[in-house]
Amino acid sequence: MQLVLEKRAERSGTIALVSPLIAIGLTIVTMVILFAILGKNPLLALHAYFIAPLTDSYSLQEIAVKATPLVMIAIGLSLCYLANAWNIGAEGQFLIGAVAGSWIAVKTQGTDAGAWVLPAMLVLAAAAGALYALIPAICKVRFGASEILTSLMLVYVADLFLDYLVRGPWRDPHGFNFPTTAEFDPVATVPLLIEGGRLHLGSIIALLVVAAVAILLGRTIKGFEIRVVGAAPRAARFGGFNANQLIILTFAVSGALAGLAGIIEVAGPIGHLQPGISPGYGFTAIIVAFLGRLNPLGILIAGLFLALTFIGGEQAQIAMKIPLDVTKVFQGILLFYVLACDSLILYRFKLVFPNRQVTGGAG
Amino acid sequence: MRKSLLALAAGLLLAGSVSAASAADKLKVGFIYLGPIGDLGWTYQHDVGRQALVKELGDKIETTYLENVPEGPDAERSIEQLVRAGNKLIFTTSFGYMDPTLKVAKKYPNVHFEHATGYKRNPNMSTYSAKWYQGRYIQGLIAAKMSKSGVLGYIGSFPIPEVVSGINATMLAAQTINPNIKVKIIWANTWFDPGKEADAAKALIDQGADVIMQHTDSPAAMQIASERGKLAFGQDSEMIKFGPKTQLTSILDTWGPYYIERVKAELAGTWKSEDTWGGLDSHMFAMAPYTNMPDDVKKMAEDAQAAITAGKLHPFKCPIVGQDGKPVECKGGDRLDDGQILGMNFYVKGIDDKLPGK
Repeated sequence: MQLVLEKRAERSGTIALVSPLIAIGLTIVTMVILFAILGKNPLLALHAYFIAPLTDSYSLQEIAVKATPLVMIAIGLSLCYLANAWNIGAEGQFLIGAVAGSWIAVKTQGTDAGAWVLPAMLVLAAAAGALYALIPAICKVRFGASEILTSLMLVYVADLFLDYLVRGPWRDPHGFNFPTTAEFDPVATVPLLIEGGRLHLGSIIALLVVAAVAILLGRTIKGFEIRVVGAAPRAARFGGFNANQLIILTFAVSGALAGLAGIIEVAGPIGHLQPGISPGYGFTAIIVAFLGRLNPLGILIAGLFLALTFIGGEQAQIAMKIPLDVTKVFQGILLFYVLACDSLILYRFKLVFPNRQVTGGAG
Repeated sequence: MRKSLLALAAGLLLAGSVSAASAADKLKVGFIYLGPIGDLGWTYQHDVGRQALVKELGDKIETTYLENVPEGPDAERSIEQLVRAGNKLIFTTSFGYMDPTLKVAKKYPNVHFEHATGYKRNPNMSTYSAKWYQGRYIQGLIAAKMSKSGVLGYIGSFPIPEVVSGINATMLAAQTINPNIKVKIIWANTWFDPGKEADAAKALIDQGADVIMQHTDSPAAMQIASERGKLAFGQDSEMIKFGPKTQLTSILDTWGPYYIERVKAELAGTWKSEDTWGGLDSHMFAMAPYTNMPDDVKKMAEDAQAAITAGKLHPFKCPIVGQDGKPVECKGGDRLDDGQILGMNFYVKGIDDKLPGK
C-alpha cells in the first residue's frame, strides 16, 4: 500500500479556499514545536507574533505602513503574471520611481514651491517606473529576449544609478559626505494620517489601487483579455487578443505601481533618498502576489499578513528574546506549507495497493 | 476542548503578568544591530560590549537587542518598538540609523539615545565613535614592511569619510616606509556579505596584492588570504582563528567600557547628550597582538601605537598632499582638524584610484 498524488479532473474550489487556512494551521503547529524545542513558551510566542501587534493602534499602523509598498507592487505584478508576463524587476522599477520623484524634491529644495510638488513627484515616479518596465517588455516583444532575465538585471542598474546620485550630484552638501540627499521639504513629503503615528496617505492610495485593479479584472474587457491570454494563450489568439500588446500594458502598469510605491516610501517613512531604501520589497512582493493567488483582495490580505509576521517577529524578538532567524524560519515554513497545500487544489492523495496493480498489469 | 482553551488563556495571562512584574524595577537598555550577532565582526563586537554591560550591571538592568535591522524605513520602527517596550536608553549601532534615531528621539524626549558613528545630535541623543584611522596608520606601517610586491589590497565598504580616512591613513603611513607603495581598492558596497568580501579578496590577490585589509565586517577575506598564503589584517574583532599564520593584527572595537559608563550615568541620572570620539588613549578600540611578523616590525608597530596613544604622533600631520598634487588646507594647525577627518572626501597623493562619486 502506498500514498500517491493523483491529478484531479478539475481544480478543487473547496481546497482553493481552505488551503491557506490549512497552511496557517500547519505553520502554527510546526512553530509551537519549534518554540518548545527552543525552550520558549509557545503560546506567549504565538501571542507576540499574531495577537499583540493587532492590539494597539501603533502596531496596526506599522503593519499598514509595511504592507503598503508590498501590496502596491504585488498588485501590479499580479497583472503581469496573470497575462503570463514575468516581471521579476519590480525592485528596479521601485528604485527608479523613487529616483525620478526625488528629482523634483531635490530640485525644489529650499525654494518656496507650492503644493504641486508632491503630486508632481507621484506622477513622475509612476511614469518613470512604467518606462523602466517597458524596457524588458519591448525587448521581449521585439527581440524575444527573456523578460525574466532583463527585468532582473535592470534591478542592479537602478540600484547603482541611485547609488551614484546620492554619492554624487544629489548628495546633501551638509551631510559630511555621507550618501544621502538632504531631508525633503514638507511640501515634498507624503502627509501622515494620524498624529504621532506613521500611517500615511500612501496606504489610502494602495487601497484605491486594489479597488481599481479588482474592477479592471472583474468588470472590464481588458481584464478579461489579461486573464484569457495567461490562462489559455491559444484561445486568446483565436479570440483576436494581442498578447504582445498585453505584455506591454501589464509591464507598464506594474512598473508604474512599483515606481509609485518607491516614491511614496521615500517621500513618506524615509523622508530622503539614500541607498538601501528597499529591503527587497520588489522581491517580497512576488511572494505576496502568489500568496494572494494573484487576486487583488487576496493580495491585500497576503500583504497585511506578511507585514504582521514582520512586526510580530520584531515584537517576539523584544518580548521573548526569540532570535530573528526564527522569524525567517517562520516565514519560510509558512510559504512552504502554502505551496504544498496549493498542490492539493490540482492533486489529491490516493492510496494505491501494489498487488492489485500487479494483477491489473497481468490482465 | 473549551476547558483546555480556557486553561491556555489563563496560562497566557499569568505568564504575561509575571514577566511584567519582574521587568518593572530594572532599567531597560536596548540595542539595534546592523548585522547578525554572529557576524564575528562589527555587530558581534557590539554584542560583546552588551554582554560586558550585563556582566557588570546585570542586577540593575535588562538588555534587549534587535539584530539584522536594515538601514532603511524599517529602522525607525525597530527603534520605536524598543521605546514602546520600555527601554529608556537605546544604542543604535550603525551610521545608517542616524535619521531614524533622530526622528524617534524627537518623538520621545524622555528616552535617551546613543547613535554610533553619526553626526546628528539632540538633547536626548548622543553620538559615539572611535578614531580607527589611528589603528589604520599602524596597519599601514606594518603592511608596507611586510609586502613583498609593494601592492596592498583594500576592501572598502562604502566610500564614506570614515572609510576614506582609513585608506588615507594607511597610505600615509605606508609611504613613510615605501614611497612607491600601491594600493588596490575594491568597494564591496556592503558592510557584511561574506561571499562578496571573499570575491573581493580573491580579485585583489589576483591583481598582485599580498597584504589584504578590509573595512567590511566578516572574516571571509582573512580566510581567503590564509588559503592563498598571503597576509591580512582583521577587522572589528579578533580574527586570528581564521588565519593563524595570516593575521598581522586587527583593530578591535571595544565598546564595553563605553556602554558601562553610559549606563552608569543613566542609572545615576547624570546622562546628558555628548559627542564621544575616542582614540587609542580612551580605549574605544584596541589593537590585537602583533603576530606573523619579524620582531623589528613588531617593535615599530608597538612604538607607533605608544606614540599615537601619547599624542606624539598624529596620522594626519601636515603637510598632506591630495591626489591632485595640491596641498590640503591645514585647519588644525600642524594637522588636519577633526571636521576635515570626519568629512574626508579626497584621496592622498599616491593612491591611483578614483574616489567613487567624485
